[in-house]
Amino acid sequence: MLRDMLEGRGRIWWAAVVIFMFLLPFILPRFYLYLLSIILLTGLLATSLNLVLGYGGIFQFHHAVFYGAGAYGTALILTKTGLSPWISFIVGPLVSAALGLIMGWICIRLSKLYFAMLQISLGSLVWIIVYRWYSFTGGDDGIHGIPLPDILSSSNNAYYFTLVVTLICLFAMYKVIKSPFGSALQGIRDNPVRCEMIGINVKRHQLLALIIAGFFAGVAGSLFVVVDNTVFPDMLFWTLSLEICIMCLLGGWFTFLGPMLGAAIIIALRTFVSTYTTYWALVLGILMALVIFFLPNGVLGYIEEKIKKGFIEPVIKE
Amino acid sequence: MDLIYAILPPKVLAQIFVGLSRTTILFIVSSGLSLILGVLRIPNVAHGSLYMIGAFMAFTISKIFGGGDAGFWAALVGAPLGVALVSLAAERGLFQYLYEREHLMLLLLTFAVSLIFGDLVKIVWGAEYKSVPVPHVFQGYVYLFGGLPFPIYNLFLLIIGPIVAVALWLIVNKTKIGKISRAAAVDREMVGAVGINVSWVFAIVFVIGCLLAGLGGALVAPTVSVTLGMDHTLIIEAFLIVIIGGLGNIWGALLGALIFGLTQSLGILVWSQFGIVFPYAAVIVVLLFRPTGLLKSTW
Repeated sequence: MLRDMLEGRGRIWWAAVVIFMFLLPFILPRFYLYLLSIILLTGLLATSLNLVLGYGGIFQFHHAVFYGAGAYGTALILTKTGLSPWISFIVGPLVSAALGLIMGWICIRLSKLYFAMLQISLGSLVWIIVYRWYSFTGGDDGIHGIPLPDILSSSNNAYYFTLVVTLICLFAMYKVIKSPFGSALQGIRDNPVRCEMIGINVKRHQLLALIIAGFFAGVAGSLFVVVDNTVFPDMLFWTLSLEICIMCLLGGWFTFLGPMLGAAIIIALRTFVSTYTTYWALVLGILMALVIFFLPNGVLGYIEEKIKKGFIEPVIKE
Repeated sequence: MDLIYAILPPKVLAQIFVGLSRTTILFIVSSGLSLILGVLRIPNVAHGSLYMIGAFMAFTISKIFGGGDAGFWAALVGAPLGVALVSLAAERGLFQYLYEREHLMLLLLTFAVSLIFGDLVKIVWGAEYKSVPVPHVFQGYVYLFGGLPFPIYNLFLLIIGPIVAVALWLIVNKTKIGKISRAAAVDREMVGAVGINVSWVFAIVFVIGCLLAGLGGALVAPTVSVTLGMDHTLIIEAFLIVIIGGLGNIWGALLGALIFGLTQSLGILVWSQFGIVFPYAAVIVVLLFRPTGLLKSTW
């Protein structure tokens, strides 16, 4: 069963999982629905990062910027303009995609660590502007109590909205990875020089991947506005970016659903640990060190390895 | 005097000196980071945490010695050594097993370590603001160019910076361990093949780098309120300085720190609300025209 599911067969099992997810509001209390919504949208965010990091081999170290940009884009349209709220949910991701285009266009000429640092620099710029521009973005307070359309204000409906949008986005990203474009991207990750030689425009492929990843991160940001009704500048801070990287690593880089699993584990664990102690970062740090040492392919990567013997692991080449 | 003021108004001159004192701290911390990145190729995110630990240790040591002048000097020596011990434990316990792994793994591991350090600091020192007194010798102001008030402590920082730069240059270029470490940065296996224990060479370089982070923390402690989260912005700044200066290049770190410190302090004059934007913009400009940094990098 698990093997079928991971190999993309076993549609019936996936359908069962989805139907189960749709039935959850009838059995779960409100808090768990909120938690589940957060897991779904964070999983979406992590999956979008994995599109460029795991499949593209691009050192996207400041992914949270696109998440925050999407959230702020949506929140600002909702609070400052009289436009239809549904437009805001489109504008948010588009803002992120545009930011992905601008930052990607500037950064793409560098590679590896230099790419990462230029991106962190640009991302920090965006963060500072959001953090300091009190009159427009609310500064370090962020924006609270964002008005939502009535239909989304109940927690059940917010959950359904998050679930449907996340499923659509996951499906779209799965199609992207399975498309010729996705194959080319993975080829570039494994051997950029050879891809260049056989006529693939490496930079253009990578740039497109960055824009797509930015767009879906923006969707996750918009969903956060729906679920939580707030935005705050920490959504664009670099520590969050590395936490998303950790989610990808924990779930498994080279698997499609790994980041979703990683996000679920980390958020569930954070909620659980926080009820006992304030030292969540300590727990996360120790967990991370253990994963890096003993499970370098992540939880799902490990399971896949066990299921399919002879599974060849892709390697990010230096 | 009048000539200087004619060229540079006092306000600008004052900001330049403020920027230079900031440069000293940035340089000391980022030169350590640069050393580690250049020789060991570890993008050490935990470097910022070590800087924070250095500041907290300075607080504790100066308190033990009664908070006076003796406390300050003891902290200046003791805090970097304490940080060096912590880093030695981290290197021998964790990092040494992962040198062969790709950068991403190393970066995430050091981030995990920085999370652990952050919470350990919270457990040991608590979440309150701490302050370290400025020693009596360095209290008060000097008047530069006939009337520009400037804290004596900052003047002390301006003297320390070049001393550290020269000392580090001597260690890297003139001592045996420095030469071995530079060779090991280029070809690790070859250095091992001639009978040198590369693992320990790396450990020593790592500890020296982290010692500088601790020194930076101890030096900054009297000028700021020591608090949790002081590592977060600093580590990003240090990384950017190292990158624009050229990886592993000490003079590059100095140049990068100068650019960063001066654009920040002068930027506040230009546009006070967004003054902090200027150093980041400067980094972007540098990287667009010199993608691998201003000076020669070691790899």
